[in-house]
Amino acid sequence: MDTTRWLVEVNRRTCIGSGVCASAVPGHFTVVNGKSQPVEERVEPDEEVLDIADMCPMGAIRVVDEASGKVLVPEDDA
Amino acid sequence: MTVTNQDPAEPTAHRPEEEEPENYPFGPYRRLDMHPKYAEYREKRPVTRVHMPYGGDAWLVTRYDDSKVVLADPRFSRAATIGKDVPRVRQAFEDPIIVAMDPPEHTRLRKLVAKAFTNRRVEKLRPRVQAIVDELVDGLVAAGSPADLTEKLAWPLPITVICELLGVPKEDHQTFRRLVDTWLSVGDVRPLEEVTGALERLQKYMAELLEQRRAEPRDDLLSGLVAARDGEDRLSEEEMVMLGITLLAAGHKTTANQLGSHVFALLSRRRHWEELVADPDLVPRAVEELLRYSPLSPASDNTRIAKEDVELSGRLIKAGDAVMVNYAAANRDPEVFPEPDELNFHRETNPHVAFGHGLHHCLGAPLARMELQTALRALVTRLPSLELAVPAEEIQWRKDSVARGVQALPVRW
Repeated sequence: MDTTRWLVEVNRRTCIGSGVCASAVPGHFTVVNGKSQPVEERVEPDEEVLDIADMCPMGAIRVVDEASGKVLVPEDDA
Repeated sequence: MTVTNQDPAEPTAHRPEEEEPENYPFGPYRRLDMHPKYAEYREKRPVTRVHMPYGGDAWLVTRYDDSKVVLADPRFSRAATIGKDVPRVRQAFEDPIIVAMDPPEHTRLRKLVAKAFTNRRVEKLRPRVQAIVDELVDGLVAAGSPADLTEKLAWPLPITVICELLGVPKEDHQTFRRLVDTWLSVGDVRPLEEVTGALERLQKYMAELLEQRRAEPRDDLLSGLVAARDGEDRLSEEEMVMLGITLLAAGHKTTANQLGSHVFALLSRRRHWEELVADPDLVPRAVEELLRYSPLSPASDNTRIAKEDVELSGRLIKAGDAVMVNYAAANRDPEVFPEPDELNFHRETNPHVAFGHGLHHCLGAPLARMELQTALRALVTRLPSLELAVPAEEIQWRKDSVARGVQALPVRW
């Protein structure tokens, strides 16, 4: 049974409020005063959230698996 | 409202059917200026009716805040314009390209390529972009003064970068650059058959490249598209071809024209050039300001269609109505950018929408920024005495393209 949650963060320093995350799939992110923020900071695991995070042009969205502490986005693409 | 109106001469609120739509575009564009009518309408009627060159009348939005609403609100559709005779500036109907799609199709395609263009990924390309810029500026210096900066730097830089990223042979640049120019032309200077013919040739060209990658995959973005198509069936053959063409076109035409515009803006207002020569670390801020200031398009394009009734600045936009946003007009809104027609590298904030806003915010923005920054820094540090080789009034601007830009930029040093 999948009981973990994902933690969603937006880095307010790098976010430029492009609105890609808020528009691509409504409901997960919202732009307030020119910066994005997650609607919920702890969410049910949902592939869609990873897709949105990957789409941020500034790479400002981070998704972490709460149970394992694993960083799901950004992937270590070194 | 009307009963409390104290001035009997004051007409009741304009209704669109009472308004004579103004012909659009307002006139031929001049350099990097905005036609005074944008400021006029922003002041007196920020959402106004205009008569478009093709497809009838549309709403034109001139305020920054309204523009952002239209760009980010899912009630305005881009997809409703594909293949339809909607109000527009291009003669051809909209093509089925990613910039004209709505979710979920848009999301499906964008996420296939988004990772390759994030800020983080683009940073890894910086040394390579620097090397390309160095080589091009070496070539410029070797060829000697005077020279045409567009052909020596503004075009070859983004062409080289996007070709390497996608895996398109750079030797083909003259062919695809000309075809893209024809495909993305505005007005009726070129017959429609020539425009659609150019797209067909681009499709054939891209399909052949993708076929080569299918046979022999490489470490490039086109091979990545083939893998997404064949391995995971995440896009159709036509979508793959059109995405390849769009990345190639958007990857060079925009940056090339902007770089020409930016250098023109600086050299024709020399104190701003001198400011960067004295302090090259201002370049990143200067690029943001130049992006804000330099219109990418001669006129509003990328028509949107309201899917339901929407109220905007007190006007009722009805379901089915066409709405035009003008990024450059939004970027000159004095409510957001004091003294909007002046270049100022020290603005406290610069939330321009030169790359758009919302869903269709430019995928390549981080790459474009880096290319523009690298090129400008190289110019101000290596050629501080750079100046226009002809009077600014003699510089010729493109007339029939979706991108505003100089035909050539003769410079000396």
